[in-house]
Amino acid sequence: MTRRTFHLGRALAWVALAAFIVVTVFPFWWMIRTALTPAADIYTDNAGLLPDHPTLINFSRVLGLTSEAEARAAGGSGAHINFAGYLWNSIVYCSLIAIVQTLFCAMAGYAFARLRFPGRDLVFGIVIAALMVPPIFTLLPNFILVKDLGLMSTMAGMVAPTLLMTPFAVFFLRQFFLSLPRDVEEAAILDGNGPWGIFWRIALPMSRGPLITIGLTTTVWAWKDFLWPLLVGRDESNRLVTVALGVFLQQSPNTQPDWTGLMAASTLSVLPVLVLLIFMGKRLVQSLNFTGSK
Amino acid sequence: MSATKPRDDRRAAWWFLAPVLVGFAVFYGYPAARGVWYSLTDYTMLNTPSYVGTENYAKLFADQKFWNSMLVTAWYVVLNIGSQTLLALGIASLMHRLTRSVVLRATLLLPWLVPNVTIGLLWMWLLDTNLGFVNQLLHTFGMDPIGFFTDETWAMPTVAGINTWAYTGYTALLLYAGMLQIPQYLYEGASIDGAGEWRMFRRITLPLLRPVLALVLVVSMIGSFQIFDTIAVTTKGGPVAATQVIYYFIYQQAFKYFHMGYAAAAAICLALILGLLTAIQMRMLRASRSDLA
Repeated sequence: MTRRTFHLGRALAWVALAAFIVVTVFPFWWMIRTALTPAADIYTDNAGLLPDHPTLINFSRVLGLTSEAEARAAGGSGAHINFAGYLWNSIVYCSLIAIVQTLFCAMAGYAFARLRFPGRDLVFGIVIAALMVPPIFTLLPNFILVKDLGLMSTMAGMVAPTLLMTPFAVFFLRQFFLSLPRDVEEAAILDGNGPWGIFWRIALPMSRGPLITIGLTTTVWAWKDFLWPLLVGRDESNRLVTVALGVFLQQSPNTQPDWTGLMAASTLSVLPVLVLLIFMGKRLVQSLNFTGSK
Repeated sequence: MSATKPRDDRRAAWWFLAPVLVGFAVFYGYPAARGVWYSLTDYTMLNTPSYVGTENYAKLFADQKFWNSMLVTAWYVVLNIGSQTLLALGIASLMHRLTRSVVLRATLLLPWLVPNVTIGLLWMWLLDTNLGFVNQLLHTFGMDPIGFFTDETWAMPTVAGINTWAYTGYTALLLYAGMLQIPQYLYEGASIDGAGEWRMFRRITLPLLRPVLALVLVVSMIGSFQIFDTIAVTTKGGPVAATQVIYYFIYQQAFKYFHMGYAAAAAICLALILGLLTAIQMRMLRASRSDLA
């Protein structure tokens, strides 16, 4: 008897888990399904898991591949949109921040963990105190600073605040370098290596895992960034995907938004992270073990 | 350590630190000091800031809209963190007792990878009053359509629900990672003693997960207080001021009305709350590390 109830409980647990997976995935399915539906069908074709007349026109018009007249005929508002360009901007933005920030924070993390110099713990304490300063607090003065420097609507202005460091990355990488075994380094010192040699030839190669972890996490956050690029990257030429989605929604009439176009653009904003998840899924999942509990 | 003269890497060290220290000084230290100064001035971005003492704070504490936004934010945090933590705890323990599948974990992580703007748009479409999937579903069950974003009582629970949907998987994985650190033999022993799953959850999982759970709770609260993107896309603070959260209030004061000094004062109030939460988080980090070591 107990055996049977146990199995029943297990089955129920699986059903609950499966239900949650369906609730997680279904909205994305519906997004793609809408993106593949012709705008003219939106009132009639809204049951069923697949569209009645699948089309790619919504993708080609938000990617700026169709003429204005064609886009208008397919349900667009006629305003100029080019998500190919916005995607490119987002990719540049994320790559720049992830690579440069990870490298510089690794250097600093290594110095705080391994080098000996006066004032080390004091300087580290001050940098880490910035963890307690929420982004909104530095956002307003940073906006004014970037404006005064004449960097509005430039990629330089957009990446500036996070390009060189975030307190978290410094903290995280220092923690890792502290756990590296010292004897390898001491052997390298005896071989005549200075701090730079040890860092590049030994410490960095030994920390591939944590470097990828922090790089991936930074990439994901940069991909999701909205408020800062909204304020600084207003020009069409350096608009990011997230900002462009907001602009697209505003251009769309309030009475009847251009849902098929919006969902095509939304799908494009999900695609790169989906690729990341497929190729780096294991790493991403493991990164939570790192950042979450230790 | 060694008997030879102590190492001193000070020349190399400052080169290692230079980029980070420049970034810190220019984009953290300097703006933080400037933010405090702005909060004591009258500044519209067009004039030179003129010192007004604590006038901004006095006005802020008398401002009905400011208190409303604080209240609305608190309501959001309660709705979002409450539902998200409970659901995540449930899912994490189901996974913990059922499977170690990486594919399943990666699937749960998907919404976390997607920009909040996309998630806002996606749910605006799913919850659209006329054509949205959810209202179509309600219609087939013979119910009236709900204006999820346009109804004053529904708007905030809707926004909170959307973000719960987006972040539950992520939170569940953090809790799950904590559960994996609980020694397996405890469950095996309990099972031999005839304990059921519910009893094991209450007697083993929950007490041993407590430090991780507390930490995750504080971290998600810090994030939750800073809700902005979803509201900027979907409700824009409306209907009336039902979703006028503090971040949106600050944003509007600064970039719509150009009350920079006033916005800076409000930002400092928020920073105090978040700073307190972060201080708690750091203490817990230290505590949980020594617990597990």
